Amino acid sequence: MTLTVLAVDDSRTMRDMLKLSLSEAGFTLHLAEDGVHGLEVLADISPDAIISDINMPRLDGFGFIEAVRAQAKHRTTPILVLTTESAPELKARARAAGATGWIVKPFDPPKLVKALHMVAG
Amino acid sequence: MTQDPMAEIRASFFVECEELLERLQDALTAIEAGDHDPETINVVFRAVHSIKGGAGAFALLPLVAFAHRFETVLDALRSGQMQPSPEAIKRFFQAADLMQDHVRAARDGTAGPANADEVLQALEALAGPPAEKPLAEVAEFQPLALVLDLDADPGIADSAEPQTAWQVFFAPHAALYATGNEPLHLLRALSALGTVETRCAYPAAPDLIDLDPEAAWLAWQITLAGEVGVDDIREVFDFVEGVCALEIGPAGGTNACTPGGQTETTQPRPAALHLPAAEAAPARASGPPPQPTLAAKAAESATVRVDLERIDRLVNLVGELVINQAMLAQSVAEAGLAPSSAVANGLEAFMMLTRDLQDSVMMIRAQPVKPLFQRMARIVREASAAIGKEVRLHPEGEATEVDKTVIERLADPLTHMVRNAVDHGLETPEARQRAGKPREGLVTLRAMHRAGRVLIEVEDDGAGINRAKVREIAISRGLIAADAVLSNAEIDALLFLPGFSTATTVSALSGRGVGMDVVRQAIQSLGGRVTITSDPGLGSKFSISLPLTLAVLDGMVVQVAGQKLVVPLSSILETAALTQDDIRALGPQTHVISVRGAIVPLYDLGTELGFRQPRSSYDGSIVLFCVLDNGSSAALAVDAILEQRQVVIKGLQKAYGHIPGVAAATILGDGQIALILDPADLVRSATGHTRAIALALAG
Repeated sequence: MTLTVLAVDDSRTMRDMLKLSLSEAGFTLHLAEDGVHGLEVLADISPDAIISDINMPRLDGFGFIEAVRAQAKHRTTPILVLTTESAPELKARARAAGATGWIVKPFDPPKLVKALHMVAG
Repeated sequence: MTQDPMAEIRASFFVECEELLERLQDALTAIEAGDHDPETINVVFRAVHSIKGGAGAFALLPLVAFAHRFETVLDALRSGQMQPSPEAIKRFFQAADLMQDHVRAARDGTAGPANADEVLQALEALAGPPAEKPLAEVAEFQPLALVLDLDADPGIADSAEPQTAWQVFFAPHAALYATGNEPLHLLRALSALGTVETRCAYPAAPDLIDLDPEAAWLAWQITLAGEVGVDDIREVFDFVEGVCALEIGPAGGTNACTPGGQTETTQPRPAALHLPAAEAAPARASGPPPQPTLAAKAAESATVRVDLERIDRLVNLVGELVINQAMLAQSVAEAGLAPSSAVANGLEAFMMLTRDLQDSVMMIRAQPVKPLFQRMARIVREASAAIGKEVRLHPEGEATEVDKTVIERLADPLTHMVRNAVDHGLETPEARQRAGKPREGLVTLRAMHRAGRVLIEVEDDGAGINRAKVREIAISRGLIAADAVLSNAEIDALLFLPGFSTATTVSALSGRGVGMDVVRQAIQSLGGRVTITSDPGLGSKFSISLPLTLAVLDGMVVQVAGQKLVVPLSSILETAALTQDDIRALGPQTHVISVRGAIVPLYDLGTELGFRQPRSSYDGSIVLFCVLDNGSSAALAVDAILEQRQVVIKGLQKAYGHIPGVAAATILGDGQIALILDPADLVRSATGHTRAIALALAG
């Protein structure tokens, strides 16, 4: 079975890496460049999980996650946050916004896949 | 194209870095100009942050470490803890420059910049004590996935070695569900660690009417058997730490299980718990079929990375097409078809398409000069700091597009000119004040398209060229005669003579030896020209005029001894038909020409290329006055001027190496191959023989 994932990151390099890792692992991946773009893409798809960066132009990760959670159909969609820091307060903020879990950048592809399965089945 | 995908991403990471660095420069420039929009600071922060993120993925540790410290300082700026003072902005620019050095070093595998620490320390001092991120974190920043905050219970930390049996009590809070976590997945992950026995504890069933469906009602008691460490178990619950009650302890302790639970052994017998898992997952996936949205597609196709070699091949092919089309046009003309014939009409349309195609292909190679100008901004910063002048660089026309190769090869001469402007062009702040000018000098860097060429200007508002001094130096170096009568423009042009340097003391910046003559040569090798204008007290301006591309050039097709040759138009000053009065004999074998009072050496192209012996008389022959590297000119005698046209440059270097006097070759409309001459190079190795040796002939 294929899981559909939406990944939102403003760094092209990160998007390329996510695409490579997740496509190889058999995920169907949709990409967006920032929070606003992410919401636009989300309007047309129903991903099994969402991966989001924090620092992004237009709408950052916290704002994006809050906006996603505010949508009835995405109240329980798992959302993983991609961060470079593992600071506890950052996690707390992400969780307060509605994030399900976090992945520290740079990520190890097998662990990312494992984390996705952990939250999305 | 079976390249390693990671290598591809790595290459594109460095391309992205350049874009981010450009954005970083832009934002810093805006902040320097007084932009206090928090978003502008955010742009700076994100640029550094993104580079750090990508660098981490490729384990570029020095870059990561630098970016991390830079980012920490920027965070202080973002939070308002630090003010964007002029001093701070200057340091930020320096840090941005160093970041660029780090990126390049990482890309090329060379050593990073040496003075990075000094700048960072200065910034960190300005930012004040780091808020919460200790810098030691840098050292342990390793490409690691899933960094876990394992605040293991003191009692368990000691017994971290794998146990054979564990007892886990897991009671989700409502927040666990609210953040999109699913206990089922966690229980399944746990069951993957070993043999589990899971008992669900549910409270005394409340009346349905009182049941809050979003509250957390269930808890689980799991017994896990297998060689499992406590860390492995905690890792499963990493995401839900704090939003559930979790107790992990060795099995056989007090059984915390709530009575009334139901028991299932998940292994080896298929467990009841597994059934919903297996069913739930496919159900989830069988939603609407995944369709890439338009938005997602657009994001991916915004740019394509193409090997430059492929573009060059395309440029070459289009060049061939242009030649082919010219040949076809000639055949049609020779066939004597009426201009209104269908063939002639079709050919005309074909010509227009070819021209459009050529323009489009050239446009692929064209890049804005902005990165080049940003490099110059850095040169100005470093140069002015080194000699204690206050200088501002004002770029204009950064979006002007120029062939990539031209941009690359323009970097060195432009660097030199910008340094010269800072070092020699601008006065010291004190001298400027005395002259009633602002202390801060202004260097303007301008790019524009004009008449099918690119014009780049370096202008300063300094003292202008001190012509008396230039003249004096030229005389003292024996470059001109003491009584030579020179116009202002001619004096200015003396700066381009080899070895000329106006600085009486060699400064740290401009150095010795490499003068404007090298700049001129570099620009000429690009098919360009450089000129200088200056107003005493107001400043000087160097103008570089370049062809739009190195693939085609405007040439004059001339005939010499039955051969057709192409002379680049950029090197021809004027043409003339000689009369016997213009020609003077000088020495036994050479002639000179007197033009408007100036004496110019005459070269017979036919003789220099070995086509024939020198002619007996040059009366009535056509000469091309060509500009040489040292600013003087030479007259090349040819038999006839045939036409002026654009020709496609075909390099000869690969097949024949450097041929003195010959720059390249081209194919003319009639299919003939013609050499493209480099007059300056030709004259350098020329014999200058324009007369047969009378004695040798007589004898």
